[in-house]
Amino acid sequence: MIVSELHLMTPELSLLGFALVVILLDLFIKQKKVLAGVSIAGLIVSAGFTLAMWGAPTIDIFYAMLAVDRFALFFKFLLLAAAGLIILASQDYVSKFERFQGEYYALVLISAVGMMLLTAAADLISIYVALELSGISLYVLASFLKDQKSTEAGLKYLLLGAVASAVLLYGMALVFGLTGKTCLLCIADVVETMPIAGLLDNPALLLGIILLAAGFGFKIACVPFQMWVPDVYEGAPTPITAYLSVASKAAGFAVIVRVFFVALGAPSWLSIDWGILFAILSAITMTLGNVVAIVQTNIKRMLGYSSIAQAGYLMVGLATVGVAVGADALGRSGLLFFLMSYAVTNLGAFIAVIAISNKIDSDLIGDYTGMGKRAPLLAVALTLCLVSLIGLPPTAGLIAKIYIFNAAVHHGLLWLVIVAVINSCISAYYYLRVVKVMWLGAPVSEEKVPSSWALRASLSLCCLGVLLLGVIPGSFVGMAEAAVRIFGS
Amino acid sequence: MTYHIPWIVFLLPLFSFIIISFILRPFLNYRPKLGGYVTIGAIGAACALSFWLLVEVLSAPGHKLEIPDIQWLLIGDLSIHIGLMVDALTAVMLIVVTIVSLTVQIYSQGYMHGDPGYHRYYAFMSLFTACMLGLVMADNLVFLYLFWEGVGLCSYLLIGFWFHRPAAADAAKKAFIVTRLGDFGFLAAILFLFYKTGTFDIGELHGLAIAGTLTGTTLTWVAIGIFAGAVGKSAQFPLHVWLPDAMEGPTPVSALIHAATMVAAGVFLVARFFPLFENSEMALTSVAVIGGFTAIFAATMGLVMTDIKRVLAYSTISQLGYMMLGLGAGGIAIGIFHLFNHAFFKALLFLGAGSVNHSTGTFDMREMGGLRKAMPWTYATFLIASLSIAGIWPLSGFWSKDEILVSSFANNPILFYLAMITVFMTAFYMFRAVFLTFGGEYRGGASSEHGSHGAHQLHESPKVMVIPLVVLAALSIFSGWLNVTGRFDEFLGHGEVHSFTQGFFGILTHPLPWISLILAGSGILLAYAMYSAKWLSAEAIGKAFSPFYALFSRKYWFDELYERVIVGRVLVDGLFAGCGFFDSRGVDGAVNGVADGTAAAGRALRQAQSGQLQVYAMAIAVGIVAIMVCFYLFG
Repeated sequence: MIVSELHLMTPELSLLGFALVVILLDLFIKQKKVLAGVSIAGLIVSAGFTLAMWGAPTIDIFYAMLAVDRFALFFKFLLLAAAGLIILASQDYVSKFERFQGEYYALVLISAVGMMLLTAAADLISIYVALELSGISLYVLASFLKDQKSTEAGLKYLLLGAVASAVLLYGMALVFGLTGKTCLLCIADVVETMPIAGLLDNPALLLGIILLAAGFGFKIACVPFQMWVPDVYEGAPTPITAYLSVASKAAGFAVIVRVFFVALGAPSWLSIDWGILFAILSAITMTLGNVVAIVQTNIKRMLGYSSIAQAGYLMVGLATVGVAVGADALGRSGLLFFLMSYAVTNLGAFIAVIAISNKIDSDLIGDYTGMGKRAPLLAVALTLCLVSLIGLPPTAGLIAKIYIFNAAVHHGLLWLVIVAVINSCISAYYYLRVVKVMWLGAPVSEEKVPSSWALRASLSLCCLGVLLLGVIPGSFVGMAEAAVRIFGS
Repeated sequence: MTYHIPWIVFLLPLFSFIIISFILRPFLNYRPKLGGYVTIGAIGAACALSFWLLVEVLSAPGHKLEIPDIQWLLIGDLSIHIGLMVDALTAVMLIVVTIVSLTVQIYSQGYMHGDPGYHRYYAFMSLFTACMLGLVMADNLVFLYLFWEGVGLCSYLLIGFWFHRPAAADAAKKAFIVTRLGDFGFLAAILFLFYKTGTFDIGELHGLAIAGTLTGTTLTWVAIGIFAGAVGKSAQFPLHVWLPDAMEGPTPVSALIHAATMVAAGVFLVARFFPLFENSEMALTSVAVIGGFTAIFAATMGLVMTDIKRVLAYSTISQLGYMMLGLGAGGIAIGIFHLFNHAFFKALLFLGAGSVNHSTGTFDMREMGGLRKAMPWTYATFLIASLSIAGIWPLSGFWSKDEILVSSFANNPILFYLAMITVFMTAFYMFRAVFLTFGGEYRGGASSEHGSHGAHQLHESPKVMVIPLVVLAALSIFSGWLNVTGRFDEFLGHGEVHSFTQGFFGILTHPLPWISLILAGSGILLAYAMYSAKWLSAEAIGKAFSPFYALFSRKYWFDELYERVIVGRVLVDGLFAGCGFFDSRGVDGAVNGVADGTAAAGRALRQAQSGQLQVYAMAIAVGIVAIMVCFYLFG
């Protein structure tokens, strides 16, 4: 049985294989750029397998431990694309390392495998294992620079990650204790028939749900579980920061949607309760992220807080999923579309920062002055991405916000959308400040800022994505809708 | 397949812009002419496809192509469509825009040769053309307004093309700001329309107006608002002041602006919304009156200008007045027919002026003269265009101007007499320009507008500039013949079709054409008498009519009125100062308060980010407890 199901794991298995090949090759090969090439090849192969499975019917494998459905495949593809762009953008950065270049690439691949499993996991056990697999590789990657800040980042991430894991495990234990099941669909059956009329009737379930939300909330960096973000984002190697902010967050949202919607989606009062919980957390998260981002002087920290704010917008979608009670799939597909748009936009912004900061050797926004003259293409790309993060036309960010806010308004979350729109206005201030510094500031030197072809290629791909999603969103909306259709309704 | 053609027509120049701006950049240094080729290729293809569309529209039922909307975005029940419409009006405009643009682009290869901004020029020209094509094909008001502003933006960029010259930069700003005044009316009309009808779709709005749902004061106000936009763009009185200054742009840009793109947009706009105007007597009268008045008003200023481009600029304003008069008194077909003919001979006149400048290095007619021998092609084509604009049978200008005169005669005698006087003036100032420029002896020269030619020889322009002139000259003769049989009228709306010979010669059996021909002839004769044969002294006449001369040559002091009185006194000293006070005390206070508050909150919250791990872990625990407590308190 199990062996015959292995072929449904080809995306993960092939990527794992390539990760091992990278580690082995590292022993023999002097020219380390080859390793990046092999890694990207692995990602492409895996993405090919993922695409090939798009049309296949939904199926649960390994005794319902993993689900093979379009929802998972959508996220797998997104994660693979993000990992590919990160590796492409890492080459210059990594070539400065004296040792362990092979390990760097391998760890990126392995954490990608972990995240892919996380998006497919349909059982509390497999969710936990996948979460740790992705987490541990990321802890190592965060401390990869081995300077003081990076080490601190890695250690903080590890310790707080351990706390979050403990919280999550406690929540899982409570849910398991109440239902006697670990598979999400089985939990759903039990919860639906529980003889209670509200969460307050069953404090253990309430605590379990809050602990689950907290554990996953750490992964997506929602307030008050976001404290690690600025320190880790600043200290970690910039490509890893980008990876954390996009891939790790996307995987986190995937698992939250699956756990809450599948296992805790019924009865309707339960769904509405956690919907409201996420709505309130969303309002706090985006407000805190935006307000604190305003006073940042370091662009990596600013983007860190900006990613907290973006998580807040994404949680508007999550809240919609809850309060919609499965009435329509707008919240879910909106969330997926927003993640797509956020992925290309944020990766683009970070890659531009990698390209610029690496050359001028500074992460301070003030040092970006006059970049429009010193590196016009990078400055154009960064401007485009920042404009998309604000949510202005003709970019992906606008459509994503329209999509998700429209869905929220439909389900009575007007107040949350008003908060979100005010927040978008606030965010324009600090995003545009960078634009202003780059284009209107006087350059500190006439020296051009060069960038490698790999960086330019990955940046161009991101910008292309930002524009495509913004100008012809139709087919991507269709993809997001197809991906959430598996949950019924 | 036909459905895609309008999109391709629009996208071709747009992609040309994108390709030149973003993709060709690295190669431009060693392939300096690439930008021009890309633009010409794109617009040439768009032109060919426009003819295809014209043929399709001719055979389509109701002269309207059904182009399915493209659903741009569908989220739940939120559905956003984008679409283009191609009807007879659009088809005609497509032909005008693409032909004029194509000839201008070809000509520019010679004219802009060696300019350091060669590629920037072609990139903007492509974008300009794309915006105008989008404008004429837009099927909803949002799209239309978008391209309307796009056209304004491109004209700003191109008028100010030589931005290092203060005059050019000022002219660009003036054009942008003055047209903005009209745009405000247009935008208000759009919003008001949407508020009243709930639709942006032009076809639906037409339907509402025709069905009589949209009537009364609402309709009148909407029509007046739309017309305000047209007044700004088409440089009608009192927003005409920007167009003469717009001469600061490169001459081919002026040709494009005056013939096919910017100013034609205003006339097109009125024609596009003609069903709305038709149902409002007052709106239609306003269009006719403003048009008729502008026609003669601008012509008087054209009489005395010494700069050849300024003469042409005032003649454009005057001719646009004719078009508005035609629309207001006669209908779409008459106004657009004049736009159609005017596009070709006005483009030709400007390109001719550019050709003259290429040789002499000046636009001042007092420093020209005698170019007839040195520049035979330029002279011949310029002469044809002048005869055409003067309305001499059987050139194109005659046919459309005659229709306007006939319709205004039937409609409003005062406007008819004004239009008749304008015919005389038009002939006079155009031939004054012809005789001053090409007749007599050469009187010197100065440095060219794009770099000094030094002590140069008079010479005919290169072939790449002459060929577009010849093509346009042919069109200036023949384009008017399209309506000799009445086919053009029939295509754009109504009208009876008769045989070509009957129309071609039969028209001379009526008295009205003879009167206008005599007036035009006497205008030419007077110009000949004053500037060629010197039977009359221009100086003496100028002295005799010195108050008028001053009035005309100082442009009725409109610039002074606007700049010193309205802008200086009313706006800067009055309104702006008041607003500034309110802004600095009231608004700034509130904004700064909010901003300071937010920043202070940010700083305070940042304190919480102490970097201490214990604090972070504690936050997680406290957060969980707080959520739990909240559930019990509010839950």
